[in-house]
Amino acid sequence: MKRKIPVVPCSGIGKSLGAAAREAAYILAEDLRPDKTKVVPLSLLVMGDEDARGEVAGGEAVAIDGCKLECAAKGLACSGASKVHKVAVFDVVRRHRGLKPEGVCDLNEDGLKLARATADEAAKIIDAPGGEGSHA
Amino acid sequence: MPNLPRKKVGLISCSGEEMPEGTVTRRAVRKVLETLHPDDTVTLCLPLFLAGGEGERAFARYYPTIAIDGCDKRCAALATQKYSAKPAASIVVTEIAKECGCKGMGSARRLNAEGLRLTDEVAGKIVDETNRLLRKKPRDVQRGVGGGKP
Repeated sequence: MKRKIPVVPCSGIGKSLGAAAREAAYILAEDLRPDKTKVVPLSLLVMGDEDARGEVAGGEAVAIDGCKLECAAKGLACSGASKVHKVAVFDVVRRHRGLKPEGVCDLNEDGLKLARATADEAAKIIDAPGGEGSHA
Repeated sequence: MPNLPRKKVGLISCSGEEMPEGTVTRRAVRKVLETLHPDDTVTLCLPLFLAGGEGERAFARYYPTIAIDGCDKRCAALATQKYSAKPAASIVVTEIAKECGCKGMGSARRLNAEGLRLTDEVAGKIVDETNRLLRKKPRDVQRGVGGGKP
């Protein structure tokens, strides 16, 4: 069975962009590319959980970060991923200037649109030629 | 009279994005922060804490913290202890789910009604612990805290 690409979202609970990152990871792994991706929690990775690290070690992974601190990307880089594809919600929102995401537990409509746009960008990375996710 | 910093309690929630219990921790913490105890609590970001956020770590060294974990791996509690100081209280959602007979709380992405009920239970526990740490009256005495959607 082919390995699923781990998707690690931001775990922040203080800002809408963190919530959008998390929602984007769910959209990607549950709706857009369920056969190719799976959500892996950042905290388990950073705390050294063997199962979580096993999912990541030696392969490509996608980090979806909410802010410039890029905790997810840094956590993946320290967990043995061979290549970390970064998707930054704070960049995506700049490309969709009309969106005003709000809410943390429950994103507003713009927040959900931003999450979808972020997930779409991540899906393109998964499908890109040469990436693990591009193989049938 | 000097203007001393107000004593606050730091809430550190699990980031378990792959399990509904993780979602329960985040919703419960936001509920306490936004509506139940907004003046007495702050949230500390677990990934930032783990990534070396000095502000988060310093807070947890000098102020009481409550770790709210989704499962018995207790990432939030262990991380707090490892990088700052032992949390003053630790709450585990799976234990509370057993206590209140909560089963089938929905998915990590969308909690169902049972998951939201569990969220209220967990938020109530956080309020109890916050009151204990700040030596405030228990929530049974106070009114206006407890149930309802966030």
